[in-house]
Amino acid sequence: MTETGVAMALDEVAKEYPGGVFALRGVSVEIPGGDQVAVVGPSGSGKTTMLTILGTLERPSSGQVHVAGCDVVQASDGELAGLRAHEIGFVFQSFHLQESTSAVDNVANGMLYTGARGSVRREAARAALDRVGLGHRLDHRPTQLSGGERQRVAIARALAKRPTIILADEPTGNLDSKSGGDIITLLHELASDGATLVLITHDAAIAGSFGRQIRMRDGEIVGDERS
Amino acid sequence: MSSAAAPPIRTRIDRARLPPRELLGAALQGLRTRKLRAALSALGIAIGIGAMVAVVGVSSSSQAQLLAEIDSLGTNLLTVTPGQTFTGNNEVLPAASVPMIGGMGNVLRDAAIYQLSNAVVLRTPFVPAQQTGGIGVDAAGQNLPEVVGTSMSSGHFLGPVSDRYPEAVLGAQAASVLQITQVGGHVMVYLGSRWFTVVGIMKSALLDTSLDSTVFISLPVAERMFGAAPNPSEIYVRANQNDVTPVSNLLAPTADPQNSSGVDVSRPSDALEARAAAKGQFTTLLLGLGAVALLVGAIGIANIMVISVLERRSEIGLRRALGAKRSHISAQFLAESALLAALGAVVGLGLGAGATEVYSVARNEPFVVPLYALIAAPSAGLLIGTLAGLYPAGKAARLSPTEALRV
Repeated sequence: MTETGVAMALDEVAKEYPGGVFALRGVSVEIPGGDQVAVVGPSGSGKTTMLTILGTLERPSSGQVHVAGCDVVQASDGELAGLRAHEIGFVFQSFHLQESTSAVDNVANGMLYTGARGSVRREAARAALDRVGLGHRLDHRPTQLSGGERQRVAIARALAKRPTIILADEPTGNLDSKSGGDIITLLHELASDGATLVLITHDAAIAGSFGRQIRMRDGEIVGDERS
Repeated sequence: MSSAAAPPIRTRIDRARLPPRELLGAALQGLRTRKLRAALSALGIAIGIGAMVAVVGVSSSSQAQLLAEIDSLGTNLLTVTPGQTFTGNNEVLPAASVPMIGGMGNVLRDAAIYQLSNAVVLRTPFVPAQQTGGIGVDAAGQNLPEVVGTSMSSGHFLGPVSDRYPEAVLGAQAASVLQITQVGGHVMVYLGSRWFTVVGIMKSALLDTSLDSTVFISLPVAERMFGAAPNPSEIYVRANQNDVTPVSNLLAPTADPQNSSGVDVSRPSDALEARAAAKGQFTTLLLGLGAVALLVGAIGIANIMVISVLERRSEIGLRRALGAKRSHISAQFLAESALLAALGAVVGLGLGAGATEVYSVARNEPFVVPLYALIAAPSAGLLIGTLAGLYPAGKAARLSPTEALRV
């Protein structure tokens, strides 16, 4: 698996929730390193579940999952945590920023579990905020920032540790179309230096900006196109 | 699929790590963002620890006071009294025991008293002779106050004049029973069948309070007027401080070489020291109350942490997404809980010390908070907080990250 340069691979993955609800029904997909992929589909199609399985936050009910060369089904909680700490950056629709903490500390806290020292983390955080264009807002709290700026902080938090995989779940869902567009452009730019980007969206225009689009419906992949 | 643009694939993943310093920082931040709640939940622990520290501090302070009194009175006083025979009758100390003991090496001073069983002291002859108020009459040597470590509250003790004229000195308790507060102006008591002039009133003799309810006259007068036998009923001995034990061992054979087993020797400061030790024993009831407050405080912290886990589900989910292991999450909540309680304990230590200070100033006693309390209080806080945090921490660690993120 690792020799082929595949960043993430799902093989016949099913996810069943208590009560017999299937979120995923036998999904197989390979995402090569450096790919930029949009996952589109209506709500309830299983795209968020796929993202959480790719992000090793959940294990599948059946099937095989490999992420960054790690067998997710076999790995221990500690190994998966290590994978998330070093290799995977998440961007959420609702930002998940700590309101009482400055932008730079929010970003630095994103590297908390890498074991890096506070000064190292803050240095990386300043650089990351600089990259997302918020170098002048280091000490602002999330409440003092606009929605687009908050999402930039969240993106900086995902990127500060230089992950090989970026997973974004509807990152523009809470933003107006202008800031949303800017965020997508930023993500493309940041991922272009080698990171694998998987982004969930239900916006066809956003999906259109991606080189590869995976369509989902009822827990299955119904389309996988490259444009 | 192309692998040309693929980043270097790692064969070994670095571990997720949370160094202790970073853990502490995360826990402190968790507390800082909820200051009021943290303060209120730490209050229970503060009250519990405060109560316990105050109990320990107050009892230590009054113990220190008593020990200081013992120190000033001296621990080198020994008493020699006649014991009891095998059949229960009282032994008699030989008259020669007084000069014998006075001649011993390492004896600094000594004074004897002679009980007069046939004499009663009354305010006036009109008081029935049975109403003695428990006051005994003793003949005493002139240096008695000095030897037993007390002084006069009024007037002077028996002197050379007292050997020839009927003069009496009252113990503190005897004076108050006879309602005599001051000497001078020909204060008299009716002793036996004649009037005695009261020349002095003694202060309480802490080392032997039985002297307080006694009226003293001189031995020559006692022998002349009451036919007193020259056998001492008690001999007080001040020994050289470093030789108290050898002197104590030699007193009985010196007092009565023929019947040393009929002589009792004791050290009055022992009883006071035992009393001081008893004061040092904490008031169990109050300590129990403190423990109850601690328990309530611990439950309060556990309660607040459980609520906190529910409220902070999205934070927990985020931390898991950022690479926290389950153990990192539980460690953070445990640390918050332990810090909270330790904080409360330190505040409680301050409260308890303050209460002790107020008490000691009001009672004019030395301020003492035992050193171990400075270590025990925060340690107890840490322990209680850790125990209280166990359940919420486990609950937080078991939370599914995706469910937590969905909030």
